[in-house]
Amino acid sequence: MGKTLAEKILSAKCGEDARAGDIVVAQVDVAAFQDGTGPLGVRQLQKMNLEKVKAPYSILFIDHAAPSPRKELSNDHILLRTFAQKTGAILSDVGDGVIHQRLVEDFAKPGDVVIGADSHSCTSGALGAFATGMGSTDVAIGMAMGKTWFKVPETFRVEATGTFQPGVFSKDLILYLIGMLGADGATYKALEFGGPTIDTMSMESRFTLSNMAVEAGAKTGLIASDKITKAYLQSRGRLKEWRPLTPDKDAQYERVIKIDAGKIVPQVAFPHTVDNTKPIDQTKGIKIDQVFIGTCTNGRIEDLKIAAKILKGKKRAPHSRLIVCPASRDVYLDAIKLGLLEIFVRAGASIMGPGCGACVGVHEGILGDKEVCLSSANRNFKGRMGNPEGFIYLASPATCAYSAITGEISDPRKIIVRGQNKAGKGKSPDKKVRMLKFSSASKMRENFAKAKRPKKK
Amino acid sequence: MVLKGKVWKFGDSISTDLICPGRYFHLRSNLPELATHVLEDADPEFASKVAKGDFVVARNNFGLGSSREHAPTIIKLAGVSAVLAKSFARIFYRNAINVGLPLIECDTDKIDQGDELEVDLVTGIIKNKTKGIELKSRPLPKAMLNILNDGGLVAHIKKHRDFKLD
Repeated sequence: MGKTLAEKILSAKCGEDARAGDIVVAQVDVAAFQDGTGPLGVRQLQKMNLEKVKAPYSILFIDHAAPSPRKELSNDHILLRTFAQKTGAILSDVGDGVIHQRLVEDFAKPGDVVIGADSHSCTSGALGAFATGMGSTDVAIGMAMGKTWFKVPETFRVEATGTFQPGVFSKDLILYLIGMLGADGATYKALEFGGPTIDTMSMESRFTLSNMAVEAGAKTGLIASDKITKAYLQSRGRLKEWRPLTPDKDAQYERVIKIDAGKIVPQVAFPHTVDNTKPIDQTKGIKIDQVFIGTCTNGRIEDLKIAAKILKGKKRAPHSRLIVCPASRDVYLDAIKLGLLEIFVRAGASIMGPGCGACVGVHEGILGDKEVCLSSANRNFKGRMGNPEGFIYLASPATCAYSAITGEISDPRKIIVRGQNKAGKGKSPDKKVRMLKFSSASKMRENFAKAKRPKKK
Repeated sequence: MVLKGKVWKFGDSISTDLICPGRYFHLRSNLPELATHVLEDADPEFASKVAKGDFVVARNNFGLGSSREHAPTIIKLAGVSAVLAKSFARIFYRNAINVGLPLIECDTDKIDQGDELEVDLVTGIIKNKTKGIELKSRPLPKAMLNILNDGGLVAHIKKHRDFKLD
């Protein structure tokens, strides 16, 4: 009987035939903390006299409160820096970027077991790594002992076919899926994304899918390692770390979910749960006070390029604020080189340093009472952005960018069309706005692979 | 071991943001202070009125969201003896067992605010003294029971110097 991606990776890492339902102890390749979960983990290791690191990559990311807005958090950061010095753990400090973006850029690779004390650690699953979020104590022990235990998950296979309409992106696909499954629809399961839509999807768009697997309750969100994975790792100077990894053709799935990507319209998650999704035509007249573009979900260069294309030469609505936060230092540098930051600043945006920004409610854009934020992030729980009296809607960077101009949640398909023909000759659904030309996904991917990227440090 | 206490009833989808709000991020290294805000955004009176031994009872998907282990930790610090729900989110489930907070999966529709419960962790029988009914819970998986019985994951590793799951 064949194996799913999850079963294949865990079998290799525990040295036995791992099947859904088995309890296994597996080697850990990457163990990661962030500044909200690391201090507790470090203290747990101190309690056990186990202040050491054994996982090949043990990394501490200072991203949630970066730079620190309070002395208590500055002291937490000191604790993490001291632990790194003492044990040899890698430190990713203020300004380096969000844990999940940094992990895919320089650390996680196909076939790895990645554990992170942050629920969105499932992001690295897009590279074909068994990547999952855990609590501080689990990750601390995994870091110190180089291994952890798992129940091998059953897998839901998500088969996507068809081509997105112009103005529809992987964020819309994953919001659509979460709306369909519900916030606990895949609890304890692995999601495995595949099918022609995923096969031709850029790596950056794939990260968005895997990032949000946990929002359906899933343990991880896996994608086969293929030539697109290879091109991405090559662009990061990591070609040698690539290897192909696919599920077996006769793998056993608990459920197969088929989605026609061509039929999906832009999606918006309404307050206060991520599965409260609606198609964009049901969002008319929702005024917004703040637009936030960034995070581990949609703060990559592909996202910023889309947003900049929409915002170029435009101004944000006078009653709203626009906050842009690149997910990592390299994304920030690319955005500078491509002139995107100037477009954002001229459009009236505030640019934040690389990190989690306003997403976690610690700093850089806490909502006021009754205020409404449209965000490219992954979570809209009550209180998430620092105020239980605030309202958070989630959407793609394109929806966020266009809505920043109109001042209310708006359908980006009004200004995005594919290719020369429609843009040049087609009739605009809204004559007031200029239509934007978008190249195909494959063209975008090609450009991405060709782009000159900074060498790995 | 039999736990006795009064019920604090919550609804569906109690996220870790509701249990341990992000605006108290700076208190994460001060757990006793953080615990004074436990479940604040779900019930502002809970933290000040909860008594030692009380139960938190909820509906589906309790603990969804962030991996912050501070969420089960401060529920325990507030004196709660166990959390009962129809279902739990995955990371919260594992975190709770790791910090020694018992979780009980059962049909919570027949439990209301203020009910007096007796919960037997060994047999999994829940007696609702107020309503005079008995409920059965789904047992914890063996691996998690081992960790819980040792007093959490830190105590488990201290004792065995390794994972001892079967």
